[in-house]
Amino acid sequence: MIRSIFIWAALIAALLVPIIAAAASPLLAWRQPVYIAAGFAGVVGMCLLLMQPLLAGRWLPGLSPMASRLWHRWCGMALIGVVLVHVVGLWITSPPDVVDALLFMSPTPFSAWGVVAMWAVFAAAFLGLLRHRLALRFRVWRLGHVTLALVTILGSVVHAMLIEGTMEIMTKTALCMLVLLASAGTLAKLRVWDVRRRA
Amino acid sequence: MTKAPFTRRSLMATGGAFMAAGASGLMVPARAAGLAPTPSMRGGSNNYRPGAAMVDRIGGGGFWMAGTVRRAGDGAPLPGQRIQIWAHTTEGHERDPQSHGATLTDANGEFRLEMPQIVPAFGQPHGHLAYDSGAFETVFLRPIMSRSSDKTLTAHFVLQPA
Repeated sequence: MIRSIFIWAALIAALLVPIIAAAASPLLAWRQPVYIAAGFAGVVGMCLLLMQPLLAGRWLPGLSPMASRLWHRWCGMALIGVVLVHVVGLWITSPPDVVDALLFMSPTPFSAWGVVAMWAVFAAAFLGLLRHRLALRFRVWRLGHVTLALVTILGSVVHAMLIEGTMEIMTKTALCMLVLLASAGTLAKLRVWDVRRRA
Repeated sequence: MTKAPFTRRSLMATGGAFMAAGASGLMVPARAAGLAPTPSMRGGSNNYRPGAAMVDRIGGGGFWMAGTVRRAGDGAPLPGQRIQIWAHTTEGHERDPQSHGATLTDANGEFRLEMPQIVPAFGQPHGHLAYDSGAFETVFLRPIMSRSSDKTLTAHFVLQPA
């Protein structure tokens, strides 16, 4: 019981501290509301990238496997939503910069990582929605979904770390490390590379 | 049996000779013998507003954008050239009209314009400059500040007659 309270408290802190630190950024004073919203959509997206492997790996105490999967689905939907807010908000703020990024013509190296992660997360969500219709064997489907999720996570982490933006550097680094750790933990726990039929 | 136009050895030799010639600068176009023109930078023209007004200072100032304008080839300084400058600053976004201004180069081909502090936007603290007056080929630059606390930023133009 105490252990589970501790885990949830730690998770909530891991999610809230980077958001609170970003809310204290001096850069916000010189940005319009749409630009601020776009930036925070990115921060929330990174937080959801921590939730996703934790839910997929059923690490969180008190959540049944069924509840974990449901929450994984909801967080995935929310992730698609915040990615759209992020991109559309930035596009409203500065259309040419976003067009350059989407066409892989941007002068900033982090843009390409972000755009790759965006397409990967769309594809991962698509696979999630079409799981039954695709009629793939579960483990084969899972390997595909996990591969796309991994591209999303690596792309997003590099994207975030190369940016000089509203996220505070220490909390940004810590959140990215946690996302990578949770992902590695879940990959190992589920042994996703093993696509053999269960004996 | 068909004979390959190149053997591996001849390919290596020709390729190597080409690379040596390129590296030694033997293959630059005759016209640019000397100082090469500055190419436009990626994203340099983003949020450009043609015809920015000539100003003594953009907004309240406190930050300096400076640089030089020279002619391609002989490197002669170009006086009286109009350079347009814009950036995301403490006083406005790149797209805002008040974030834009223009200045002229002096007799030494140098320009210097005071503007509000540039702040990081779209992931990097950067400024934009344009030469777009017609006599020379248009050039758009997008220099990046090494630290966002910097109080100056420089950019240099080498222009090619249009």
